[in-house]
Amino acid sequence: MLSIKNLTVNVNDKQILKGINLEIKPGEIHAIMGPNGSGKSTLSHILSGKAGYTVTGGSVTYQGKDLLEMAPEIRAREGVFLAFQYPVEIPGVSNIYLLKAALNSIRKHHSQPEVDAMDFLTLVKDKVRLLEMDEKFLYRAVNEGFSGGEKKRNEILQMAILEPKLCILDETDSGLDIDALKIVSEGVNSLRAADRSFVMVTHYQRLLDYIKPDFVHVLAHGQIVKSGGAELALELEEKGYSWVEDSKAAI
Amino acid sequence: MSASAQEINNLINQEYKQGFVTELETDTFPIGLDEDVIHKLSKVKNEPEFMLEYRLKAFRHWQTMKSPEWAFVKFDPIDYQAISYYSAPKRKEDGPKSLDEIDPQVLEAYKKLGIPLDEQERLAGIAVDAVFDSVSVATTFKGKLKDAGVIFCPISEALREHPELIKEYLGSVVPHTDNYFAALNAAVFTDGSFVYIPKGVRCPMELSTYFRINAANTGQFERTLIIADEGSHVSYLEGCTAPMRDENQLHAAVVELVAMKDATIKYSTVQNWYPGDKNGLGGIYNFVTKRADCRGDNSKVSWTQVETGSAITWKYPSCVLTGDNAVGEFYSVALTNNYQQADTGTKMIHIGKNTRSTIVSKGISAGKAQNTYRGLVKVLKSAENARNYTQCDSLLVGDQCGAHTFPYIEVKQPSAQVEHEATTSKISEDQLFFCQQRGLSAEDAVSMIVNGFCKEVFKELPMEFAVEAQALLGLSLEGSVG
Repeated sequence: MLSIKNLTVNVNDKQILKGINLEIKPGEIHAIMGPNGSGKSTLSHILSGKAGYTVTGGSVTYQGKDLLEMAPEIRAREGVFLAFQYPVEIPGVSNIYLLKAALNSIRKHHSQPEVDAMDFLTLVKDKVRLLEMDEKFLYRAVNEGFSGGEKKRNEILQMAILEPKLCILDETDSGLDIDALKIVSEGVNSLRAADRSFVMVTHYQRLLDYIKPDFVHVLAHGQIVKSGGAELALELEEKGYSWVEDSKAAI
Repeated sequence: MSASAQEINNLINQEYKQGFVTELETDTFPIGLDEDVIHKLSKVKNEPEFMLEYRLKAFRHWQTMKSPEWAFVKFDPIDYQAISYYSAPKRKEDGPKSLDEIDPQVLEAYKKLGIPLDEQERLAGIAVDAVFDSVSVATTFKGKLKDAGVIFCPISEALREHPELIKEYLGSVVPHTDNYFAALNAAVFTDGSFVYIPKGVRCPMELSTYFRINAANTGQFERTLIIADEGSHVSYLEGCTAPMRDENQLHAAVVELVAMKDATIKYSTVQNWYPGDKNGLGGIYNFVTKRADCRGDNSKVSWTQVETGSAITWKYPSCVLTGDNAVGEFYSVALTNNYQQADTGTKMIHIGKNTRSTIVSKGISAGKAQNTYRGLVKVLKSAENARNYTQCDSLLVGDQCGAHTFPYIEVKQPSAQVEHEATTSKISEDQLFFCQQRGLSAEDAVSMIVNGFCKEVFKELPMEFAVEAQALLGLSLEGSVG
């Protein structure tokens, strides 16, 4: 699915990622954990194609293609989805309009006809129920006046409708209370599939109580300093990030 | 939003599609302007004597005036002697009696613009007056409207057939001394629409005028007069296009609306004059005076405008709220791209008691364009309990354009309430990236964000126009994202 090799990335001539290696197979869930400033968000931005980053070395291969060559909208149409840490507001554009425009641009990319209006409505309403959202959300402007939790749920709703192949969740748990966290997690879990992979970027272990990862990687100072199974997250929670940072320093 | 992103996308990838020229035999005056030209003009239009006198009076006054310089626009002085003041498709002596007599080329031009003049082909419910250069070439559904007592005809025809109404109302809202361009218009106006809705009549269909400039080196001087008598109701739409030319052309119009007691006029404009090319060459100078007099108690006038065209737009559709409880509204979207300049807004003059006005202005600036909102809210001593609400938002696309806001507020009545809200925002990179990350191209994303920004105004437009307006915005933003 995704193969990151020796990836180095600069922002304003400052090296943020210093040689990342990561292999993600279809159906796997990888958690990327790490302290603030470790490069977690940079990694999710570079995968989704946000401007402002310079790749200085290494490669990212997605489904056999050079991901870094693709424009952000092409990546999206090819199935890369970023659930934003801070979802933006778009005044005057209704949620349902954005969803339909997005879905149709993806369908067009795959030479499929535009979605039928009735089918679309049925699909959207199904997913809205799944995420325990009010249907009214569909007709409100994108994220405008939404609470933090509502914005995050809205991201998962978009993910559920666009059915991406590679889902990147950037600090999706931040700003969520425990009930919202549960709903969002259930939403994500319901999307788990043999041909869909997840990269969860998170600061805290608690998200992993609800979405069980196959692998946990610890990112510090722009490098993956430790990888392991789900149990690594618990160990981290107990011992703190200084544990891995120190252990790295000791090597 | 009713148009899909796909449709808008298709439109984005087009050039100014109304930029064609129709080859025609025309009657065109030689360039230049003096009293002889005005005599000739009045004669060719077969006008009553009082009109000629009115024109001459206006012309003499105009000669004493100077072109206004206070607007936030830049252009070289206009050589008024280099313009032809009359150009019309050649036709038989009495003018066409039916569509069969209109030059088929002219019919074809309107067809190409999506405005078929054949009543069978028209969407039912909209009557059209088609003004081509200096003359009205056809007015549809006149018969049906006549049955309802509504007069809808070219103003040149109204001059001959309804002189009493013209005498009473023409110049009563915008006097010939009002401003430089209004004076010029009063002297040389050629055609436009005339509407009279009698007492208590709700006009059975939407009325619209489609203005087309075709001939080169001409100016279009349109004059429109709408009178809504007591208790009547009318919705009027206008659209405008012109060929692509390297020279600037002048469109100096005057629109006067009169709303009597309990009458309502809704006036919508989709202005898409040729804006000039990417380098700012050519385009229409759109210098327009539009004003409504809410003369009677409980009268209401609502202006809605979508301005995407013209090299320069200078226009302030206004309401004089004379009657008690009169209501004035102004909803505007003004979009400028490349080197376009717009200085537009409104004036709300509160005279009667309990008068209310609402202003919602959305200015969008892209490319190297300059977009200015200029508005006046004036509450006179007599206007007890007057209320105004103004919302004025600017959106910038890119970093080489400008947005400017000049709100003037003059209040002489202590019980008045005046509110003003203003915002300036930029389409953020985060918004663009978010949309792209959902699969939309940057241009689709900008078009969607801009349409969202304008939503409050679009919902005021008649349905058919709302779709056209959205499409136009997409078109006008073409190439605004790098």
